[in-house]
Amino acid sequence: MLIPLDQARGTGAHFNGMKLQARDVVIHHRRQRYGDMLLAVDGVTFDVADGEFVAIVGPSGCGKTTFLGAVDGLLPLTSGALALDGRQIDRPGHDRAMVFQQPSLLPWRTVTGNVMYGVELIRIPKAEAQSRAKRFVDLVGLEGFAESYPLELSGGMQQRVNLARALAVDPEVLLLDEPFAALDAQTRETMQQELLRIWNETRKTAVFITHDIVEAVYLADRVIVFTARPGRVKEIVTVDIPRPRDLRVKREPGFVEIERRIWESIREESARDGLAATA
Amino acid sequence: MAERAEEPIKYDSLPNFPAEGFAGTDLGPTRVPRDSPVRTTPLPPQTLFQRHEALLIGSFGVAVFFVAWQAVASARIWSPLFLPGPVDVWQAFLELVNDGELATDIAVSGQEFVIGYALAALVGIPCGLLFGWYPRLRYIFDPFITFFYATPRIVLIPLFIIWLGIGVESKIAVIYLGAVFAILINTMAGVRSLDASLLRVARSFGAGDLHIFRTIALPGSVPFILTGLRLGTGHALIGVVVAEYVAAQHGLGRMMMIAGSTFQSSKVFVGLFLIAAAGLLLTYGLQRIERHFDAWRPQR
Repeated sequence: MLIPLDQARGTGAHFNGMKLQARDVVIHHRRQRYGDMLLAVDGVTFDVADGEFVAIVGPSGCGKTTFLGAVDGLLPLTSGALALDGRQIDRPGHDRAMVFQQPSLLPWRTVTGNVMYGVELIRIPKAEAQSRAKRFVDLVGLEGFAESYPLELSGGMQQRVNLARALAVDPEVLLLDEPFAALDAQTRETMQQELLRIWNETRKTAVFITHDIVEAVYLADRVIVFTARPGRVKEIVTVDIPRPRDLRVKREPGFVEIERRIWESIREESARDGLAATA
Repeated sequence: MAERAEEPIKYDSLPNFPAEGFAGTDLGPTRVPRDSPVRTTPLPPQTLFQRHEALLIGSFGVAVFFVAWQAVASARIWSPLFLPGPVDVWQAFLELVNDGELATDIAVSGQEFVIGYALAALVGIPCGLLFGWYPRLRYIFDPFITFFYATPRIVLIPLFIIWLGIGVESKIAVIYLGAVFAILINTMAGVRSLDASLLRVARSFGAGDLHIFRTIALPGSVPFILTGLRLGTGHALIGVVVAEYVAAQHGLGRMMMIAGSTFQSSKVFVGLFLIAAAGLLLTYGLQRIERHFDAWRPQR
């Protein structure tokens, strides 16, 4: 059951009206191969407001994905608290939905069947589930492909299905784990633009993980920079570029300045990580 | 709040945009264009030969084989007792049919096969699914599975005859044991090789164990289950013949054994062809089922 954040043991955290709250989140990542627990995230604290789009960037291996897995409820916290609308997160739930890095579609189900997957798990009438699936297949621009199988689709189209599947459960928070990382550069830009269009229509609170700084700045209201492992919040950069944002915004001086600042920040971390590794 | 971030781009209003669009690329800005002006030209129609190439060439090969076989047999270099030709085999077949013996043999062998194989599928598939899904069950049963799979189960025939007699029961036991492990081991492998990312998706959406089993483990294992069933038919057919060789009252295996020990080579060939025909039919049937479940795989 969901525990009110105020009762979360030992955190001293209080619900402050924010959509998503992370308080001193510490996560150990179990490594079967090495037989140990790796400290992946070490005291992450930040809030996400309702309807806000937040991107998390950081050097590779900084615990971004681990952190997102915990927000999804797939990984346990060592200490600290994560709360959605003031209720503590301790398991997967329909109030969160993840868009995975790999499309991870059931190959034996059609596009519609895959979009239905999450919807089937919330108890709503079958007819409504179907009409909902259809709506989101259309929303992500796949109306001609509702009955196609995933293996007949391009990588970009598969990721559209992945996105529709998450949106269809109508989550409070949308979690995106480097969803465009495996796409080619052109498709990635198209998908970024598409994501903004779709996000604009749904205005879901979104947490987007990426290692692509331009992508983070283009999409997000705020960019959270993680330190090298173990991940901590190094810096939170507000992106005050007005919406709607055209792809051309990526060439504007204000954008480039924010991008450069984050780049410096991450470079510092990568260098530190490199030194630590050789020491 | 802003209105829609991006208006759909009007393709034809863009300068330098090719009239036929960028077919096959994922550039659709707001909608993947279903009605994009893709120019296509139909392929030239295939000839009758092209459409049935595999079947025609295959049949031709078989025909050549039979003609050559008949030619060698007709030359009578060896006595027909030693090497009968296809015509001799056909005559032996008609003779056996007229005797009325063959129908009984086929019925008995068929009954043994159907019961033994059905039992193997009924036990092998559920057990394979369970052992694949629950590691602890697998730890318990793995030694037994390995032991039986590694041992030629034929050596158990004398025991089965002692326990179950020389009737159909001992044959069913041999056939069952022959087929069940191929089915079980393949099903188990199917469950164990499930795509971990799909399991993660299911968990992320809050699916319980039973739901994951029904929506991911079961459909994901279907190709493996069908492979197991296909291998199982081979093992089961071997079981039919060998079990009847040892001791039986009726059946194709017994017919072949007696014919062989009395130099009626033509009858041995009749049995051989009947068993082979059964194997072919079963394989064909399972392939049809496989194709049905494989509708999602793009055509090769």
